[in-house]
Amino acid sequence: MSNVLSNEKRGMRELGAEKKVGWDEVTHGVVLHSFEDDATDVAMRKAEDRNYSEFNSYTATVASWRVVKPVYNRDICIDCQNCWVWCPDSSIISRDKQILGIDYDHCKGCGVCVEVCPTNPKSLLMFGEAISSDDAIAQWPVKEKKEK
Amino acid sequence: MAEKIDLQEIEVWDGNYAAAQALRQAQIDVVAAYPITPSTPIVEGYASFMADGYIDGEFVMVESEHAAMSGCVGAAAAGGRVATATSSQGFALMVEVLYQASGMRLPIVLNVANRALAAPLNVRGDHSDMYLGRDSGWVQMDAFNAQEVYDMNLCAFRIGEHPDVRLPVMVHQDGFLTSHTAQNVRPLSDDDAYKFIGVFQPVEEMLDFSRPVTHGAQTEEDWHFEHKARQHKALMDARPVIESVFAEFEKVSGRKYKRVESYMTEDAEVIIVALGSTVESARLAAQQLRDEEGIKAGVVGPRVIRPFPFDAIRDALENCKAIGAMDRSCPGGALGMLFNEVSAAVYATAKRPLVTNYIYGLGGRDLSIVDIKAIFRELKANADAGKITTQIQQFVGLRGPKLGFFETREGK
Repeated sequence: MSNVLSNEKRGMRELGAEKKVGWDEVTHGVVLHSFEDDATDVAMRKAEDRNYSEFNSYTATVASWRVVKPVYNRDICIDCQNCWVWCPDSSIISRDKQILGIDYDHCKGCGVCVEVCPTNPKSLLMFGEAISSDDAIAQWPVKEKKEK
Repeated sequence: MAEKIDLQEIEVWDGNYAAAQALRQAQIDVVAAYPITPSTPIVEGYASFMADGYIDGEFVMVESEHAAMSGCVGAAAAGGRVATATSSQGFALMVEVLYQASGMRLPIVLNVANRALAAPLNVRGDHSDMYLGRDSGWVQMDAFNAQEVYDMNLCAFRIGEHPDVRLPVMVHQDGFLTSHTAQNVRPLSDDDAYKFIGVFQPVEEMLDFSRPVTHGAQTEEDWHFEHKARQHKALMDARPVIESVFAEFEKVSGRKYKRVESYMTEDAEVIIVALGSTVESARLAAQQLRDEEGIKAGVVGPRVIRPFPFDAIRDALENCKAIGAMDRSCPGGALGMLFNEVSAAVYATAKRPLVTNYIYGLGGRDLSIVDIKAIFRELKANADAGKITTQIQQFVGLRGPKLGFFETREGK
């Protein structure tokens, strides 16, 4: 499972680091192909098994401007998949209905995943970019008691 | 399978119906359109042909011209043969999307029944809308009569869809003067017309699910310049393609077209350069002046406005003495487009003929044969004097005091 999170294709370059070519070599009409090969069955393949092209953002880091990040706490999560459904950038990684973590090469830090998390306390919380995940989990709040 | 129509050898069509028939024969897959005078009967004609079973296609009714051209861009990116029509304010509302269509290299055909731009509101013909599109990266073809509207439409698909071009094409005709004037038109048969245009060959189409593709990507300072340069090169290189399509069209129709149409220019001392139906009026005036007054008058009409025929215009004009560049669009604080572009072309010749600018016909104001003869006589006076004897820019056919700008400098 760990190879899903540390997939070598994902986020391998900074956006804009593509090989620069002259005007006579640029694509016709700024057309960009997502995959290097026939993609007829691409929906049946997992992201890490797809042959994404250089110009697909899957292979690029597009999150450099994020200032706060969601941190995921496995111990509390009930794998309801709400965050996976709602994430606008497909940055929640889930396999076989189990949340594995966050794709920080594409997450912009919008916080929607935290907002929709139903657990108590939440299984996702926003922290400053500089805080490590271990430190964040050490500071995790406790369960809030219901008011009577 | 679409039904065919047995056309007569000679049909009586106005410019709009001639365009609609050409769209039917081209078997357009999608027309996304919004009606506006005087172009409405073109898309109305397509819709009727489709409803009656003469076209296998889709007519998309939209809420504005911006949406009409956007629908055309989407359908063309999806991989269809696409066309629409508009005029004036509708054209102005399309402008943003015109640049998208050319930048995305989508061979859409847009029929423009040329009409004045408001304010003041006016439905009659002038070339304000045509001029508004001249930097949009489209091929712009100009038809002087209904026959040419039909012919240019058939050629437009061939030119725009050519693998070396892949750019959208406008076919211009004068609103009302051409669009609503019934004339004799000799069409090709349905089979011959479709054979000439050919089956549409999609490129990078979005409906090819084996090869998902992004159209309309963003490019900043690191890529934009290269893409625009490539697009400009394709438009400039459309010139030989246009000539080869015209040559093929002559084989099937017997009608010969050139990027610049010249009439009695071989020995002409004075030449009028004009667009649209004015070219035909000027030809008549030139012939009469030759017969009646011995003035060696000629006429040049650019058939293709973009890519601008800098080379062919220069060839047509370099041996005359005085040129009148006729602009049917209010130039908004400058000299007219034809004046500027014709002057630039003849400046690169040894003899450098004298060029003056006439602004005429705004909002559908008629320009008579008498008016055109008077212009030729002024050009003749310039040719004889060896210098410009009038103001460089003059308004003709205008009520009130004479309006003109700029004098020539003495000593040429």
